Amino acid sequence: MVALKVRVQLEDFNAQEEEKRLLSDRRDIGAIISFIGLCRDEEPPLSALELEHYAGMAETEIEAVAKEASSRWPIFGATIIHRYGMIKPGAQIVLTLVAAAHREAAFASAQFIMDYLKTKAPFWKKRHFLDGAASDWIAPKIEDDLALRRWQESKSPGG
Amino acid sequence: MKAIYFAWVRERIGLAEEELHLPQEVKTVAELVDWLVGRGEGYALAFENRQSIRAAVDKRHASAHSSIVSAREIAFFPPMTGG
Repeated sequence: MVALKVRVQLEDFNAQEEEKRLLSDRRDIGAIISFIGLCRDEEPPLSALELEHYAGMAETEIEAVAKEASSRWPIFGATIIHRYGMIKPGAQIVLTLVAAAHREAAFASAQFIMDYLKTKAPFWKKRHFLDGAASDWIAPKIEDDLALRRWQESKSPGG
Repeated sequence: MKAIYFAWVRERIGLAEEELHLPQEVKTVAELVDWLVGRGEGYALAFENRQSIRAAVDKRHASAHSSIVSAREIAFFPPMTGG
């Protein structure tokens, strides 16, 4: 049984606590990858990043990505938490934890989850500026599509 | 059928969601977009570049030719920028 946990929430999260929960009392886990996406400040400086999401679909899309990762690599579990609402520079946006017996599966599946989540999960970011300039919606990056294509070309790990 | 709009699609249309009463000939996502565009300036602006609009039918990603015949909820939004 692979333990996949997905949460979409307004509140901040505690990566250490989530990691402890994912480990529980297992002794067969050899690697945990912990990825935290943060709100990066920019020039001109941001007052906040606003994250809008499609409630219901956001959760199911992330769950589908986590499930797909668990079918491609031998992982024991994954915890993915994505926040929405107003997020200040320096604050946490997303957490992806993956536990596996070996690091290869943990690294690859964590990266796969983040690459897919960016283009499949219904979230949108709007920048609000400190100087009061008109806020704007962030456009997706070409690199995000390229990152995705890499996984589509190599359908299975090592194959 | 309920229509939901997100991000700049919502801002351009000026509504977060609305109840639509569609004529019978509107059967696909693309036909729904055509029909919406005819409703006013905000809709026309929101869908001016159709390539950059994504749709979901009952909370699942859909394409322009996806059927909306028995759909309860359809959403329109820009490409996603989460993570």
